[in-house]
Amino acid sequence: MSDELKSIPSLSPAHAAWWREALRNPVFTAAAAFGLVLVLGLIFSGDGAFYKWGTHRDALRQASVYGILACGMTVVIISAGIDLSVGSVLALVAVSFSILSIHWGWSPWVAIPACLAVGTACGAVTGGIIARFAIQPFIVTLSMMVFARGMAKYVSGGMKVSTAVQGADGTYSYVDVPEIFRLIDSRLLGENLSVVSLIFLACVVISWIGLSRLRWGRYIYAIGGNEAAARLSGVPVGAMKVAAYGLAGLFAAVAGICQAAQEQQGDPEAGIAYELSAIAIVVIGGTNLMGGRGGIGLTLLGTLIIGYIEKILSINAVPEANRLMLTGVIIVAAVLIQRRRV
Amino acid sequence: MATASVQARPEQQQAENHPLLRMTGISKSFGAIRALKQVDFDLRAGEVHVLAGENGAGKSTLIKILGGVHQPDEGRIHLRGRLLRFHSPREAVAQGVAIIHQELSLVPAMSIADNIFLGHEHTTGGWLRHQDQRQQAGRALKRLGLTADVRQTVGTFPIATQQLIEIAKALALEAEIIVMDEPTSALREPEVERLFACIHDLKVRDCGIIYITHKLEEVYHIADRITVLRDGDHIITARVAELPAAALIRSMVGRDLPESARDATVPAPSGRQVRLAAQGFSVQASRRGLRPLVEGVSLEVRAGEIVGLAGLAGSGNSDLLSALFGVHRGRVAGRAWIDGRPYRPTSPRAAIRRGIALVTNDRQRTGLVLGMNIAANMTLASVARVSPAGWLDFAHEMQLAERVAGDLDLRAASLTQPVATLSGGNQQKVVLGKWLNAQPRVLLLDEPTRGVDVGAKQEIYQLMNRWSRAGHAILLITSELPELLMMSDRIIVMHRGKVVAEFDRAQATQERILHAAMGGAAASSE
Repeated sequence: MSDELKSIPSLSPAHAAWWREALRNPVFTAAAAFGLVLVLGLIFSGDGAFYKWGTHRDALRQASVYGILACGMTVVIISAGIDLSVGSVLALVAVSFSILSIHWGWSPWVAIPACLAVGTACGAVTGGIIARFAIQPFIVTLSMMVFARGMAKYVSGGMKVSTAVQGADGTYSYVDVPEIFRLIDSRLLGENLSVVSLIFLACVVISWIGLSRLRWGRYIYAIGGNEAAARLSGVPVGAMKVAAYGLAGLFAAVAGICQAAQEQQGDPEAGIAYELSAIAIVVIGGTNLMGGRGGIGLTLLGTLIIGYIEKILSINAVPEANRLMLTGVIIVAAVLIQRRRV
Repeated sequence: MATASVQARPEQQQAENHPLLRMTGISKSFGAIRALKQVDFDLRAGEVHVLAGENGAGKSTLIKILGGVHQPDEGRIHLRGRLLRFHSPREAVAQGVAIIHQELSLVPAMSIADNIFLGHEHTTGGWLRHQDQRQQAGRALKRLGLTADVRQTVGTFPIATQQLIEIAKALALEAEIIVMDEPTSALREPEVERLFACIHDLKVRDCGIIYITHKLEEVYHIADRITVLRDGDHIITARVAELPAAALIRSMVGRDLPESARDATVPAPSGRQVRLAAQGFSVQASRRGLRPLVEGVSLEVRAGEIVGLAGLAGSGNSDLLSALFGVHRGRVAGRAWIDGRPYRPTSPRAAIRRGIALVTNDRQRTGLVLGMNIAANMTLASVARVSPAGWLDFAHEMQLAERVAGDLDLRAASLTQPVATLSGGNQQKVVLGKWLNAQPRVLLLDEPTRGVDVGAKQEIYQLMNRWSRAGHAILLITSELPELLMMSDRIIVMHRGKVVAEFDRAQATQERILHAAMGGAAASSE
């Protein structure tokens, strides 16, 4: 094999060096992986479905909620942590948002900030406990995962919060879907771009600014790279951790609002195992689980990779069982490929 | 085995005259550093052989070779007259070599018996023979005069008892050679007595003991023979009676004094303003039952002054620096002042705000974020300067980093390359550059020249001169005595957490400092 490669005249030493360098660049490998997925889509096009714009719009829309969670997860993972609670926080917010908007008829100007505050508070509490008591993030966020799920069930009484409202006499009456739900679930630019996708892209931009342009992001990378050295350089480690988990909670709340709008209800069972999808997206993008390395651009590519794989499998009518097994294999393969770097 | 012994009869007779252990011509290099050069060492049954030398003399390397951790580049090891080669710690243990490290290697959550047999469990077909193990563990404890239930977890015992359990482990493995690396560094007086009684008992049982210590008192209390290493060379092996303290110290120091790199034009600091002062400064150990790391230290550093803080491992000088920097929050007692204003070391962040910088003694673990680039590391302690209102100003950051890199003659292709790709000396320059950018007035330097090449050392000395010309106060720790003598205006010596001596530049000699650092009496009044 290697002899054959050498005999190809175009692969001069300079070219080889360029390729080695490129393969070491995580953005290049993630982009290459995404390209590969697109090629697979062109080949297994599901009887031409892949050539229709609607398929691509839906791929992005369906991946958007996961992508929003993955943005927060990226920040937490770069700080050498992990957040298992985002799926449960999503459910708690989806339920709360539905109750406030559908049942209580609150204006979205009040309901949305309130819901975002709930999510941020959940994250800030976990971050505070992690920083103050030096407990592993895995344990603390696992606790919040269970707690927020319980809270979602408590708030909703264990039932889906939908437009069917139970009256005093026990009969159900139906109220209209609030305007804000329709707005979030709608499409712009002549049906070409979902609002949810736009929200996802906004989260990407916000995270990118935070991580790459703000002092805050510099601190997050430093903490993830070497917490002891960061502390000894005067980095306020505790406050930064509260902020990192708080941001993850905020994005979980955003995802929860989107989820509620898309389903037109608040389901206390929503978002189960979403945290694992978010982690998978971050890892496939190429952000190192050890912390200190990676970035939001990688997570954007990771979201697209996962979203498109799902879409290609579904337009080819691959059964869900096979899809899950295949996704598991792909995640491990992606991580193995990336391990060769550094 | 039986047939071999018939043939080897004359040899075996000879073996009885052999020492328990003979290491000959041992050499070992790590990269360019020659840690051991043709070192000879032997140990007889029933003796305590003290291994002495300054930090970095090669003691640990020799012990690690004996324990199978390192392989020697050259040289031979004879055990009871037989030539052996240990490829792993496990092989050394199997040959009866037990090493008791400074940091105990017991599993706190496991019982005494399980700890003693960890890795050498008595089993029948994979099943543990608990009863058997407990009996043997109990016997080993009894030999040490310890009456503890072997089923109790190790973590519940005080550290002194744990040390004895570690020795019991050596006994249960029927070790004949027991190496103790500064076993008393964390112990208090009564516990030290108990350990010595135990060592005496081991001698009677014909074990050979290699004992590493930094305390003169201990050397003359328990040693039969002493071997001194210096910079990887074997200097002398002598019976304790033939090597009085003064001669011992002389053989340990003897490193050449380099030409002074201290800037003589710095105005004499006496009479200048006191920049940093501490009074009755103490630091408790992180675990209960251990002696304090630092006890009642008072000191003053004036503007433009470099004060050397001498002390061997376990003296607490390094802990004092990190405590002043706010690392040991909650375990610190005593008062401190900066420029006459009270200062409480509550966190590194607060310390930096008061103009203090700490260069730690381990740049990879506590100095640098290795995955980040040079420029980002150089501004890590002063990010606020390059990010007004929270937004990073990359041009300004690069400007600061470039200026410092030029100042320190940093050799790097680009300031955006990761620090991990730099050599040791250049990495250290990045650490110093970080603190240059933070504009401190009090500098706590813990081994600032460790592991850097000669050229980089000179540049670091020049930087210290510049700082002191600018009127900054410097507290310097270095385990190289010549360097300490060369750079310090005044030297404070610590031993077991306390200040035991203080010398002017004119009075200080390597012998005096080492004598005091090893706890030699009346060193300061000489």
